[in-house]
Amino acid sequence: WPGSGGVCGGAAMDLFGDLRRMNKRQLYYQVLNFAMIVSSALMIWKGLIVVTGSESPIVVVLSGSMEPAFHRGDLLFLTNFHDDPIRAGEIVVFKVEGRDIPIVHRVIKVHEKGNGNIKFLTKGDNNEVDDRGLYKEGQNWLEKKDVVGRARGFLPYVGMVTIIMNDYPKFKYALLAVMGAYVLLKRES
Amino acid sequence: RKNVEDFTGPRERSDLGFVTFDITADILNGKNGLQIIFDWNVKQLFLYLSAEYSTKNNALNQVVLWDKIMLRGDNPRLSLKDMKSKYFFFDDGNGLKGNRNITLTLSWNVVPNAGILPLVTGSGHVSVPFPDTYETTKSY
Repeated sequence: WPGSGGVCGGAAMDLFGDLRRMNKRQLYYQVLNFAMIVSSALMIWKGLIVVTGSESPIVVVLSGSMEPAFHRGDLLFLTNFHDDPIRAGEIVVFKVEGRDIPIVHRVIKVHEKGNGNIKFLTKGDNNEVDDRGLYKEGQNWLEKKDVVGRARGFLPYVGMVTIIMNDYPKFKYALLAVMGAYVLLKRES
Repeated sequence: RKNVEDFTGPRERSDLGFVTFDITADILNGKNGLQIIFDWNVKQLFLYLSAEYSTKNNALNQVVLWDKIMLRGDNPRLSLKDMKSKYFFFDDGNGLKGNRNITLTLSWNVVPNAGILPLVTGSGHVSVPFPDTYETTKSY
């Protein structure tokens, strides 16, 4: 961009110089390397999904409704084993039908029939009232199918990165650009 | 115990139970095996009293009647008397009338500074029977 300054321009020239000096083979090698890293990451993620039984085994807490236990930006690790019964006191992550946002709250009521049919009610620790206001119009209970997983472990603050990337997309693109440039240009000695 | 219309939930009449209780708990006392609970990695305990029972409608019912957040540093001794339940004890249906066996248990969720989130049930529990008839006068 015009007016960027001498330093930025100099670095850009170095980048292009580097790229031209690499021959095609090296470029393909770097790209394959990059693809391998991405595939491995995806495999680990899919593996986690299989092992935990949850479609989203790691979630970030988005609201303060479970304070002081969890704060916005904390990371939660979930499992969703089919045979795990839903019991009062458990912290579950669920999605309301038709909405994409996962909610992390505690189970305060459970009614289970003999055939395994369960309906339950949730409430955030920091909320005065239960979650009926959050459910779908006319919906009074949650069922197993609404559950994304049960919170088994947690790490504070770590999820803040995802929230920042969500709220400031420019930051996300900048991060991706830097990562991409680093991986493509890194030489293996 | 009354049979009342639950305005917050399904629009049918359900049994509403009224329970008063005492809780004495000593979180630091090794007698209950709770001594090591408040270590450096424990941020808080989420304590809750739940009532568990069976009815004709449902094989298993659990209702949380009362809860409390105990932060590390708070007084670890609980001595609550004549407490009323914090939340409405509505049954899903009319299963509280004449129900002889409602079990009240105190449990807690350990919230660490980082790590696993275990759910622990206290070893003591109390059985409470509900009478066979409804109360028509306001006694709460």
